[in-house]
Amino acid sequence: MSAYQLEIQLVAILVAAVCALPGTFLVLRRLAMMSDAISHAILPGIVIGFFLTGNFSSPIPILGGAAAGLLTVLLVEWIRKTERIREDAAIGLVFSTLFAIGVILIARYAGDVHLDKDAVLLGELAFVPFDRLEVAGRDLGPQAVYATGTVGLLCTGFILLFFKELKLATFDHALCATLGFLPGVLHYILMGLVSMTAVAAFDAVGSILVIALMVGPPASAYLITDRFGRMICYSVLLAVTSAIAGYWVAYLLDTSIAGCMASMVGAQFAVLFFIAPKHGILAAWRRRRDQKWEFAIKMLVIHLMQHEGTIEAEQECRIDHLQDHLAWEESFADGVVSRAATQKLLDPVGEYLELTPAGRELARQAVVDI
Amino acid sequence: MEQFFDDYTLRTVILGTSILGAVSGALSAFAVLRQQSLLGDAVSHAALPGIGLAFLLTGSKAPLVLMVGAGLAGWLATAMVLLVTTSTRIKYDSALGLVLSVFFGLGLVLLTYIQKYSDTNQAGLNSFLFGQAASLVTKDVITMTILGGLALAVLVLFWKEFKLLSFDPAFAQSMVLPVRWLDLGLTTLLVIAIVIGLQTVGVVLMSAMLIAPAAAARQWTDNFGVMTLISMLIGAFSGVGGALLSTSTSSLPTGPTIVVCASAIVVISMLFAPLRGIIWLRIRQEMQNRRLKNEAILLDLFELAQKHNDLEYPHTEATLRVIYPRTGTLHRQLRGLEGKGLVEEHEVEKWALTPNGIQVCKELSSKRVQ
Repeated sequence: MSAYQLEIQLVAILVAAVCALPGTFLVLRRLAMMSDAISHAILPGIVIGFFLTGNFSSPIPILGGAAAGLLTVLLVEWIRKTERIREDAAIGLVFSTLFAIGVILIARYAGDVHLDKDAVLLGELAFVPFDRLEVAGRDLGPQAVYATGTVGLLCTGFILLFFKELKLATFDHALCATLGFLPGVLHYILMGLVSMTAVAAFDAVGSILVIALMVGPPASAYLITDRFGRMICYSVLLAVTSAIAGYWVAYLLDTSIAGCMASMVGAQFAVLFFIAPKHGILAAWRRRRDQKWEFAIKMLVIHLMQHEGTIEAEQECRIDHLQDHLAWEESFADGVVSRAATQKLLDPVGEYLELTPAGRELARQAVVDI
Repeated sequence: MEQFFDDYTLRTVILGTSILGAVSGALSAFAVLRQQSLLGDAVSHAALPGIGLAFLLTGSKAPLVLMVGAGLAGWLATAMVLLVTTSTRIKYDSALGLVLSVFFGLGLVLLTYIQKYSDTNQAGLNSFLFGQAASLVTKDVITMTILGGLALAVLVLFWKEFKLLSFDPAFAQSMVLPVRWLDLGLTTLLVIAIVIGLQTVGVVLMSAMLIAPAAAARQWTDNFGVMTLISMLIGAFSGVGGALLSTSTSSLPTGPTIVVCASAIVVISMLFAPLRGIIWLRIRQEMQNRRLKNEAILLDLFELAQKHNDLEYPHTEATLRVIYPRTGTLHRQLRGLEGKGLVEEHEVEKWALTPNGIQVCKELSSKRVQ
């Protein structure tokens, strides 16, 4: 692996990890589409900042982008308050207009400079190491590392410092306001961080794949944990792995790195969507199936308890009778009986089914529960 | 105008953009009403891999082939959003963001792959990102007309059902309408509208065309049918306006210009539409405010005069200010009331009610008692 490859991977990992941090909050607060809005809307800010300074090396474009991001949030909020247009439509309207203005600015005024609209949309990670930070003639590595690193430190610092306030604001907005923690201010700080992250990541992965990195890993993490702190950690971990995997897939196929990273994010989600231990669809399917058997066993033991020790017991408590009485298929009835027998809830004596003490207890409890 | 009839390219482009505007305008009315504005965004981004795959599989760049690919991909994206939201605890916004960006990433991988390995010229494919109205030829416009005409015909045919579904799905279900099929049908029409616009406006900005026309039209009417018609007109108008503007000005890209036109119409509608317009609202509020302030002055004078057993007893402005801390406008308001013949100035800055004024006050106070 060459130094060039290492540097690309380093930037990819940093970008992915930094995006996952504010992304977790977006996913939990149902603001995921704000990442879509902000990542598009920062474009005119960046372009104007770029025209003012002539390069990306100064912090002006980053600040311009962040300002445009905040402007989006404010505009959406303002339109929502006028009650003329609903929030979802307002989001879509504001960001697409700002993005269109950005594209027009590029097309009109950036004919020759290094800023074309395809790069804006798609980013090119492979070119990132060429843009280097030099201080007093010494090469300190790719500039993107420092830009994303700084934003990453800001995000991490903010999350660590305000962890419990953020948690409160995310899960119980009203209580947070009552306790005087200013959820509105936290919201705007968070949106500011999202904007800065989007700008920092923009150069490397472009404005649309930022969304994949902000929404994907946290959504996957949401499938495998119920704890807030762990969700943040898992998001970062998943983001980093998708970055590395994405890089190597892109290397093998010789295609867009950012596109492969997004595809890996999608693949991760797809896998967890099926196999996540509690919230995946296989787990849900298994749960439903188990519940079906569990319910059937309860029915059976209640039925047996009802007729136990009565005259008709000899006839009622027989396995073939279940087909008539509970309208069970023969195979299903056999399944229920054999499962109940393995759980030592009843003893099959030939065709006759006799409850064990445990089975009687379960039946009694089930009747109480119902 | 002369240019319009002479210039073949311009004529084609304008026909294309107006059809696109009208069709997406009609569908946007439903999308905005059903709060699916951002679904349009997701579907249009998700169409990208469909375009790439259609080209890879068929090797053809015929508009219909690419449109079918785009449509299938967009449709699949909607199905996936639905699957994820209904079978896991991932929320709608996260599912949208994830599907949008991952599909786009896949599309990017495909496009880069095609660019590298396909010997055929793929120049036409990149134009789907930002759209390239200038590349429209008669064949494209014919395809757009047929698809758009079909979509509008279906919309008219099932108008009643779609309307009911959008306003009150529960009631539609209770009327034994096939709600699920209608929903599917409407979503398919949305996908068709998006597909029509991709070549002209591009995947990124197409979402604006599914929001702006309806958001603007909503301000002008409360009738859904009228709103849909206005929305179509606004869509077509922005299409034509954007196309004309971009051809008459150098290096002004068509897609973004159309979007900015549509957004400008939204802003104008929000401000100036009768009844719902913000400007009219402010004017109404201001007039109401003034009327209430004038009435308060009259009633104060009336009450003071009652204490003197002479309803035309004059009082100074200073006294009126003591009763209620009025701002500097008092003198001007009194002059205004004088103009209406309700008060008169006895000495300098000493005011009394006229017989007319007394009549008005009596009516007002009896109203207030009620």
